[in-house]
Amino acid sequence: MLNNKRNALLFILSFLALAFPMVGTALDRTDISGLASEHVMERLKAIDKIALVGDSDALRLLKELQNSELLVTDTGQIVLENDDWDVIDAITLEMLDPQPDTYNTVIVNNRMRSQLESAVGVLQLLSDDREIRLTSAKSLRDNLSPLLLTFLNKALAQESDEEIRRILQESQSIILLDSPDEQERIDAVNYLTSSSERRVRELLVAKLEKNESGEFEEVSAEVRVAIEFAVTAIDRKLTFIDYFGRLFSGLSLGSILLLAAMGLAITYGLLGVINLAHGEMLMIGAYATYVTQQLFVNYLPSYFDLYVLAAIPMAFLSSAIIGVVLERTVIRWLYGRPLETLLATWGISLFLIQLVRQIFGAQNVEVSNPTWLSGGVEVWNIVMPLNRIAIIVFAALVLIGIWLLISQTRLGLFIRSVTQNRSMAACVGVNTAKVDMLAFGLGSGIAGLAGVALSQIGNVGPDLGQAYIIDSFMVVVLGGVGQLAGTVYAALGLGVFSKFIEPGVGAVLTKIIILVFIIAVIQKRPQGLFALKGRSVEG
Amino acid sequence: MNRKQFIKTVIGATLGISSAFAMTAQAEETIKVGILHSLSGTMAISETALKNTALMTIEEINANGGLLGKQLEPVVVDPASNWPLFAEKARQLITQDEVDVVFGCWTSVSRKSVLPVFEELNNLLFYPVQYEGEELSQNVFYTGAAPNQQAIPAVEYLMSEEGGGAKRWYLLGTDYVYPRTTNKILRAFLISKGVEESDIEEVYTPFGHSDYQTIVADIKKFSAGGKTAVVSTINGDSNVPFYKELGNAGLKATDVPVVAFSVGEEELRGIDTKPLLGHLAAWNYFMSVKGKQNRSFTKMYKAWAKKNGVPNLDTVVTNDPMEATYVGIKMWAQAVEQAGTTDVDAVRDAMGGQTFKAPSGFTLTMDATNHHLHKPVMIGEILPNGQFQVVWSTKTPIRAQPWSPFITGNESKQGL
Repeated sequence: MLNNKRNALLFILSFLALAFPMVGTALDRTDISGLASEHVMERLKAIDKIALVGDSDALRLLKELQNSELLVTDTGQIVLENDDWDVIDAITLEMLDPQPDTYNTVIVNNRMRSQLESAVGVLQLLSDDREIRLTSAKSLRDNLSPLLLTFLNKALAQESDEEIRRILQESQSIILLDSPDEQERIDAVNYLTSSSERRVRELLVAKLEKNESGEFEEVSAEVRVAIEFAVTAIDRKLTFIDYFGRLFSGLSLGSILLLAAMGLAITYGLLGVINLAHGEMLMIGAYATYVTQQLFVNYLPSYFDLYVLAAIPMAFLSSAIIGVVLERTVIRWLYGRPLETLLATWGISLFLIQLVRQIFGAQNVEVSNPTWLSGGVEVWNIVMPLNRIAIIVFAALVLIGIWLLISQTRLGLFIRSVTQNRSMAACVGVNTAKVDMLAFGLGSGIAGLAGVALSQIGNVGPDLGQAYIIDSFMVVVLGGVGQLAGTVYAALGLGVFSKFIEPGVGAVLTKIIILVFIIAVIQKRPQGLFALKGRSVEG
Repeated sequence: MNRKQFIKTVIGATLGISSAFAMTAQAEETIKVGILHSLSGTMAISETALKNTALMTIEEINANGGLLGKQLEPVVVDPASNWPLFAEKARQLITQDEVDVVFGCWTSVSRKSVLPVFEELNNLLFYPVQYEGEELSQNVFYTGAAPNQQAIPAVEYLMSEEGGGAKRWYLLGTDYVYPRTTNKILRAFLISKGVEESDIEEVYTPFGHSDYQTIVADIKKFSAGGKTAVVSTINGDSNVPFYKELGNAGLKATDVPVVAFSVGEEELRGIDTKPLLGHLAAWNYFMSVKGKQNRSFTKMYKAWAKKNGVPNLDTVVTNDPMEATYVGIKMWAQAVEQAGTTDVDAVRDAMGGQTFKAPSGFTLTMDATNHHLHKPVMIGEILPNGQFQVVWSTKTPIRAQPWSPFITGNESKQGL
């Protein structure tokens, strides 16, 4: 975290430049000529030189460099393109005459990008815009140097925003850990006790270690006691945050499993059809999302961010229609013959995969997250991605929707009656064939909805469904065939369970443990964890 | 028409058609070339483009007058990402279709599966993909990279001052032979460079893993202990959820750079690359390489894709294994011209020392002793448009070391 050598020169001088902003000399061409070099270290030096100047022109150049807008001609002159595609000098902004034929982008690699971030951070920490100050404070925290102390003090004195103050104070305390004054060190440690950053903890722990000559890094015993107390406090918080993180990822995984399995809970659970093409219904939903996205790109580019919402009915309808067609043409002839259904739906699944491969190609297609689903919310240093939060909410909404449909509507009543006693339902006048068709279409449509969700977190390719078919069956079988509540418990339970054991045993072993666990449960309770009881359960 | 008559007609027609075929075959003799890439199943995503490249290259050779005055005839089979089927299809190509050479395979397990067939029937396989090494066969020419032509230079770059000076290493891979062997080599290499065992973390995920939340959280935790780099040998489809999670969790390349050995232009087509700015890949060729050879190669492929109606053709890209396929076929053609025959032993002898000016802009040489190409190493950073910007490259091609010096037991094989 502390990087003394790397940025020392940059920080001293940029601080001076900031303290006396009017005195800084203007940029000239020799300052930036290093950017044309093919050596990264030369280009880094040029960034330092620009930052040293520290005026508004320098800031502009650094930002242009960050955005890869700076170009270099064959003669090594640094230039820009203006809005009319004319080449202009990067400093004077004057049009080049004659215009050069060829030029390349100034190459910026990761190392330069982080140098740029901290340089821009220093130059903007006193900006008027809160957001800019916040980003600057964060980028400084990642590249601290003791030479920044005076500068941080100055920024702190001016800063009124709580969040930024906290970051700056934390940075200040980290620097003060190396202060020669014992009291200052103790104050710094005491401040850091409230931190919940793992990096701060590592830094404190390092102070408790002995160096080569056998002395503690931190000489004062009193400070060491304070550090030990701080480390315990931070550890306590970190453990809590860790469990919170696991719970969130477990819920997220669970909600995805739930979405994938809910459709199957209807087709397999209620109708008793072993539908191996269920995964392909997910895949079709995801491709429907892709097609909707492309339509928005081509016809409604200004409403692009809303394409996901439009994709929800699209995906539901396309999967549901294909489901109904399947039911009418193949599956209805096979009711009550599980083995034949299994083979037929497996064939259909292969057929659908290859069909999609022929139409859309074998490669994955790109479904991008709309801006309101990109990034995440940070809570206690855990970033909860917005797309995952949205999927949890979406799964809950779909679940409520299905529950209302099954328990409150006439169709739901028919589905329940056919499930419980087909012949009796037929006797009292329920059109069982139509109910079968609609129920199968409903299950497929829900799978299509799951496809929309899956397109936001992973691949959209012909094989998408294959990855989820086993998991879906696992959830439905574990939860107990024939009822929705069991599916919900099983999906969330499996999600949270696997996320709690994964950090300890690794992803490969987790998968194995889950499978063994399910086998054990099925041995003990062949009807699943939450089996229906009573007369309605037929052989 | 009664049944007897019908059967007669059918048999007659079949005989007529097949004899007509036999006549055309005799009329113009061709050289048969096998193409063994999965066009269905999980690997279709990567291998379809290689089949396309092979067909394009064969068309190019035919358009320039063919080989030894004969036209090349591609025989395409689909082993469907099914490893035992690879061996079956290879045998079929060699014994029934009587091809003179086969271009194909992607995964190491498929190569291992066909290897005994090629050795038994003495035919040639050109293998175009980067792999873990630890193999040499008289019947295989390797046109992809060995570990010292990809993995080790990439790690050295990340260690260097200009690459960010990484101190801790998170080796992340899919659980199978290529990642395990590569990570074994890398671990030994890192330790030889003075990296502590506690600063190396090795993590594997099952095939098709799609939930990277725990792993990304773990990477964040691990990186608190010092400048960390992630070396990813995640295969195929799992890359998309991994990168999406990385982007959404706010882990930027300036904090923790990820260098991948199986992610190229083709794999990035399915991802929104804006959050991935600056993550790296190490290859021997990038589509963004400047130069005449590459310009004509990418132009030729785009034209071919358009002519043949490849899906999503406005976004087709070229990548490293495609370049390796192209180089392999062209070198084989040169060797056949030089040998004056397609006889396997004569062509094998002629292959050694064959040179070719590749799309990467370098002149590549086929090593006579170890059957691997001398290749340049390039490191590219991902740009928002899904292309790579080359940030580092070797000045000259490097000789392959199929038997890594970092694996014990290989000491006697260093000469190869």
